[in-house]
Amino acid sequence: MKCSRRALLKIAGISLIGAGVRPALEALGAGGSPRTLASPNRLVGKRWAMAVHIHKCPTGCKECIDACHRTHNVPDFENLKDQVKWIWNEPFRDVFPGGENPYLEKGPTEGPVLVLCNHCANPPCVRVCPTKATFQRKEDGIVMMDYHRCIGCRFCMAGCPYGARSMNFRDPRPFIKGINPEFPTRTKGVVEKCNFCEERLARGLMPACVEACKEKALVFGDLENPQSEIRKLLQTRFTLRRKPELGTQPQVYYLV
Amino acid sequence: MLEKALRGDRRYWAWVGFLILIIGVGFFFYLRQLDYGLGITGMSRNVSWALYIAQFTFLVGVAASAVMLVIPYYLHDYKAFGKLTILGEFLAVSCVFMCITFIIVDLGQPARAINMLFYPTPSSILFWDMIVLNGYLLLNILIGWTVLASEEKSVPPPKWVKPLIYLSIPWAISIHTVTAFIYAGLPGRSFWLTAIMAPRFLGSAFASGPALLILLCFILRKSSRFDAGKQSIQALAKIVTYALIASIFFVLMEIFTVFYSQVPEHMEHFKYLFVGLDGHYALVPWMWAAVILAAIALILLINPRTRQNETLLAVACAAVFFSLWIEKGLGLVVTGFIPSPLEKITEYFPTGPEVAITMGVWALGLLILTVLYKVAIAVKAEIEE
Repeated sequence: MKCSRRALLKIAGISLIGAGVRPALEALGAGGSPRTLASPNRLVGKRWAMAVHIHKCPTGCKECIDACHRTHNVPDFENLKDQVKWIWNEPFRDVFPGGENPYLEKGPTEGPVLVLCNHCANPPCVRVCPTKATFQRKEDGIVMMDYHRCIGCRFCMAGCPYGARSMNFRDPRPFIKGINPEFPTRTKGVVEKCNFCEERLARGLMPACVEACKEKALVFGDLENPQSEIRKLLQTRFTLRRKPELGTQPQVYYLV
Repeated sequence: MLEKALRGDRRYWAWVGFLILIIGVGFFFYLRQLDYGLGITGMSRNVSWALYIAQFTFLVGVAASAVMLVIPYYLHDYKAFGKLTILGEFLAVSCVFMCITFIIVDLGQPARAINMLFYPTPSSILFWDMIVLNGYLLLNILIGWTVLASEEKSVPPPKWVKPLIYLSIPWAISIHTVTAFIYAGLPGRSFWLTAIMAPRFLGSAFASGPALLILLCFILRKSSRFDAGKQSIQALAKIVTYALIASIFFVLMEIFTVFYSQVPEHMEHFKYLFVGLDGHYALVPWMWAAVILAAIALILLINPRTRQNETLLAVACAAVFFSLWIEKGLGLVVTGFIPSPLEKITEYFPTGPEVAITMGVWALGLLILTVLYKVAIAVKAEIEE
C-alpha cells in the first residue's frame, strides 16, 4: 500500500487528537461511570425465593401490601383501569385456577391469597422485552426493571402469565401518599412490578413485606443455601406454585 | 415525479384537505395523550393492548398482500398484473407506514423508542418485527419508485431491482409471520398460544389486502382514467376467494381444537367473542357481524356469476374487508386479555381521543396512498398519451 506523506500526517494527527480526547473526557467525568461500593451488610444469595403460608394470613390483613406500596412509592389510583400494584390479594380459585375441590367446605382454598411477581427462573417478560429494560440479575435471579430504559410497549404485560405487571397509564406522582425519598418514583408510560426489594437486600434488610408481616406468613431466603430457612421449609412441606405447567419456574412457593 | 401529486382537480384537493383535517384532529388528541399518558385510552391494567396494536396487526396483513400481485407477475409472468403491481407496492408502503405509526402511538414513552436500537434484543419478537417492517417499507419504496421512474422514462427497470423484487416475496411472508409470533409465543395467553396463528394471519391477509385492492381499482376507474382491466380484477377476485376460504378454514380448525378438547381456559376466550362470558359481551354483536359478512362474501365470491358481476364483487370485497377488520382489528388482540391471567373479565371500550388518534393514523396512511397513487396514475397516463 502506498501512503503519501500528507495522508500519513493526517492520520497521525487524527490519532493524536483521539488519544488526547479520551483522558480529557475521563478527567471531566464523562468517561468511566462512578463506582458504587456494596454495603458490607448486604444480603447475598444465589436464588432468592419466597414462601407464603396461606393459612397464616388473617382475613382483612393488608400490612405487607401497605408496607410494600409505601416503601416503593406505588401510587393509589381510584380508577381501577389505571391501577398499579406490586403485591395484593386474590381469591384462591383465581390464583390456582382449575385446582379446586368443589366438595371442600372449609380449608385453605377459602380466603385471599397473596400474589406478587414470581421472579421466575425462566421469565417470559425478560424474553419479550425489546430493550432489556426488564432483565434477570445473574447473581441472584431477581427479575428487575430499568424504569429509565422502558419504552412502555407493554409486551412484558402480555408476556407475564401471572398478571404481575402494571403500567403507569398516567403520571403516578400526584397519587402517591407520602413519597419515600429513598426509592425513586416512576414516570408515566413505564411498566413496573415487585423487585423483591433488591434495594433493601443491598442494605442488609429483608423485603418490606416480610418485615411487615406480624404473623410470619412470609419467608424469604436463598434457595441455593441448604442452611436457609426457606430451603428447609421447602424440603419438608408440600407447596404449590402458580401455573407450573408453563415452565416459567416461579420462585414464589405457596404452603397450603 | 412527486410533483405530479401537486396537480389535481377540485375533488382531489377536497379529498386531500379532508384527510389533513382528520390527521390534524388525531394529532391534537395525540398531543393530549402525550401529556396525560395512555390512560386517555380505554386500555387498562388487564387489557393492556387494544385498538392501536390491533390496527397495526390488521394492517401488517394488508401490507403483506402486495406479494399476491408480485408472485403472479414476476414469478409466473402473469402479464395482466403488470399495471397493478405498483398499486400493490404503494399500498404496502402506506400500510407499513401506518403500522409503524400505530406502534409509536401505542408506546408509553415514544421518545425512548430509539432504545430498541441502542439495546438490540434478538430474544424479543418486537425487535425482529422492527427489522422486518422497516425492511419491507424500504423494499417497497425502492422497488415501486424505481420501476415507476423507469416507466416514466420508457426504459426497462435497472437490473438491480430484480433481486430486490424476489427478496420482497419471502419478506412479505416474514412480516406477517413475525407479527403472529408476537402473540403465538406467550405462555400465559391461551387465546393466542396456537401454532395456527401465523397461517391464520396470512390467510386473512391475502383475503383482506387484495379485496381492498379491488375496491381501490374500482375507485380509480371512477375517479381517473386508470382501468385495471377486467381480467386482472377477476384474477384478484379468485385470489380473495381462495384466501377467504383458507382463512375461514383455519379459524374453524382452531374452534374445533378448542371446543372438542374442552379445556376451559381455551374455551373462555371464544365464548367471550361469540356468546359472551359472565354477562360480558361487548364484542359479540361485532363478531356475529363478521361471521355474517364473511358468509355473504363467501357466497358471492364462490359463485362465478356473482363474482363476475362487478357491483356484487364490490359488495363482496367490502364484506371481506370489514369482516376481517373486525376479526383482527377488533377481536383478536383484546380477547387475548379476556379473561386475564387472574380470571378477571375487564371489558375494553375505546375512548373518544383513542378513536380520533386511530382515525388520524388511518387518514395519514390514506394521504400517503393518495399521493403515491396520484403519481403512479399520472405516470401511466403520460405513457399512454
